[in-house]
Amino acid sequence: MEILVCVKRVPDTAENEFELNSAGNDLDRDDLVYSVNEWDNYAVEEAIQIVDKLGGNVTVITVGDDESEEVLRREMAMGANDGILLSDDAFEGSDGRGIAAILKAEVEKGSYDLIMTGAQADEGAAQVGGILAAMLDMPYASLVNKIEPGEGKITVGREIEGGNQEMNEIDLPCVLSIQTGINEPRYVGIRGIRKVAKVEIPVKSAGDLGIDAGSVGESGAKTKRVDYFVPDMGEGAEMLEGSTGEIIEKLIEKLKAKGGL
Amino acid sequence: MTQIYAYIPHTNGVAADAALEFPSAAKKIDDGASVTAVVTGSGADLDKVAESMTSTYSQVIKIDNADLAYPNAEIVRKALINIIPADAIFLAVHDTFSMDLAPGLSVKMDSAYAADIVDFEGVDGTNLKAIRQELGGAVNIHVNIDISSGAVITVRPGSFAPVEDGSAGGAVEDKSGDAGDLSAKRKFLEIVEAEVGDVDITKSDVLVSIGRGIEDEENIEIAQELAEAMKAVVSCSRPIVDAKWLEKSRQVGTSGLTVKPKVYLAMGISGSFQHMGGVKGKPFIVAVNKNPKAPIFQVADVGIVEDILDFMPELAEAINDL
Ligand SMILES: Cc1cc2nc3c(=O)[nH]c(=O)nc-3n(C[C@H](O)[C@H](O)[C@H](O)COP(=O)(O)OP(=O)(O)OC[C@H]3O[C@@H](n4cnc5c(N)ncnc54)[C@H](O)[C@@H]3O)c2cc1C
Ligand SMILES: Nc1ncnc2c1ncn2[C@@H]1O[C@H](COP(=O)(O)O)[C@@H](O)[C@H]1O
Repeated sequence: MEILVCVKRVPDTAENEFELNSAGNDLDRDDLVYSVNEWDNYAVEEAIQIVDKLGGNVTVITVGDDESEEVLRREMAMGANDGILLSDDAFEGSDGRGIAAILKAEVEKGSYDLIMTGAQADEGAAQVGGILAAMLDMPYASLVNKIEPGEGKITVGREIEGGNQEMNEIDLPCVLSIQTGINEPRYVGIRGIRKVAKVEIPVKSAGDLGIDAGSVGESGAKTKRVDYFVPDMGEGAEMLEGSTGEIIEKLIEKLKAKGGL
Repeated sequence: MTQIYAYIPHTNGVAADAALEFPSAAKKIDDGASVTAVVTGSGADLDKVAESMTSTYSQVIKIDNADLAYPNAEIVRKALINIIPADAIFLAVHDTFSMDLAPGLSVKMDSAYAADIVDFEGVDGTNLKAIRQELGGAVNIHVNIDISSGAVITVRPGSFAPVEDGSAGGAVEDKSGDAGDLSAKRKFLEIVEAEVGDVDITKSDVLVSIGRGIEDEENIEIAQELAEAMKAVVSCSRPIVDAKWLEKSRQVGTSGLTVKPKVYLAMGISGSFQHMGGVKGKPFIVAVNKNPKAPIFQVADVGIVEDILDFMPELAEAINDL
């Protein structure tokens, strides 16, 4: 199986305390810690496991800036065979459709049986996989948490509400968005990263891909991100302060009053 | 006039809560918009849902076809593109079905796509201003949606007030004949139900719920000791189940269980909408998190900025000493 996995470099929600910049319209990006989108690690792991069983190749691809190369290398250290970086100033400000259009241009240069994305990334949109599939006229299933490859088709489980699973049979080639929990992504150590440090990763621009620069990026976007802001959330929680002992004393009183003790 | 079509999800003849939330969302897009409910399915269940929608919507379209009995997103999409005008605004709720349907539908309708909208600020010309959240709810962002050639938009469940007034007096229009070719490259097989676990977290009045902040499998013991002291039960967020540290039957959230306790202790949980979507019945929520900016503090009643690994044992000890 030839498998393409789309990955994205994102600010790590577990490692950062997000604050707005001084203008109050964007994140303060100075000390942000970035990593691979959590969902994408599950997709790459699944792809590697399928190829280990059936043979083939796993290629990881991203649309991003120079620094996005590091996430490709991390996934190659996991076991992906090749990486492709799609990078051009013209791609900046793309909406989901723009990102999918850029990915599509590269997909059409290859011959993939299976294309995977994560279920969602930092923007929480859960859109790129479904848009890409429709653009390629391939069938699609989102939130996949089980894959059983077969001949010319595969059986997939989709996670639906309440933890139930919807089983489907899908013709290949197809696009799947992968949900967390489908597997246990392998650990990547420093040594693994070092091993792939020198592997050549091709970088492709709008010109290389034959993309009209006006159709992607900010100018091509029908949905534009404008500015970040701090919402007026009303009162929010009553914050308990003081020493840990004092906090615990106050909390116990409240728990008693509310039926918690 | 803005034309809005709202896709009504339903199971066993009953519409999802979102059905009553779309009219409020539509009003915030354009107060004067015409809003039509769209219901797909088959047979008596479909008729029942379509009929029930006439009290909320003045226009209800039903699409009846045996192939739509189970909502296979690829087939529903094929039916919709023949029925929804290309320049309309199509609303769906941001659930597991829409994640399957909506992104691709926007491509086939050649319209803008915007997902998981939590609020609208109205239309200005062909620009619809909306609000979303990013980074698991840590930040809010304004987005501009160009609706000049239509839009497919999903809204977050529970973000728009349900309409109570059921006096729309609408009529059902049968458009089944317009659905067209419904062949698909994806076939629905069956539903595999979630496994039932050893402990029923939905039965407990008090839940000590742990999230990724628990950091390590061994630390789960700390939460169990606190739960014991409180005569409570341990539940958790999704990453704890993904890591296989606790069974799926302990997971609270949209893809886990819905709980209605009196008291909910969120320990090292950031407060994503998919997690909080499983916490119902307005419990007293206590959040302990070492990040003062954690979004959970916006929805909790009481917030405490502490390391749960230190705080939980101290709290357990204090309770045992009472
Ligand atoms: C379709 C779909 C369905 C989903 N369904 C569910 C669901 O049913 N249930 C669910 O929970 N999630 C669900 N999710 C995942 C959800 O989006 C979040 O990723 C998840 O809820 C985050 O879990 P968390 O809060 O434990 O982890 P994180 O978001 O990583 O938060 C961990 C928190 O712990 C704090 N912390 C870290 N260490 C400590 C410490 N020592 N002391 C105190 N605080 C600490 C951090 O500051 C942070 O706020 C779903 C996602 C998708 C896409
Ligand atoms: N810039 C990008 N480059 C490559 N893949 C992406 C990019 N953005 C999103 N994706 C893929 O689409 C998935 C869902 O992201 P999103 O639709 O942005 O929520 C991610 O998990 C990735 O697999």
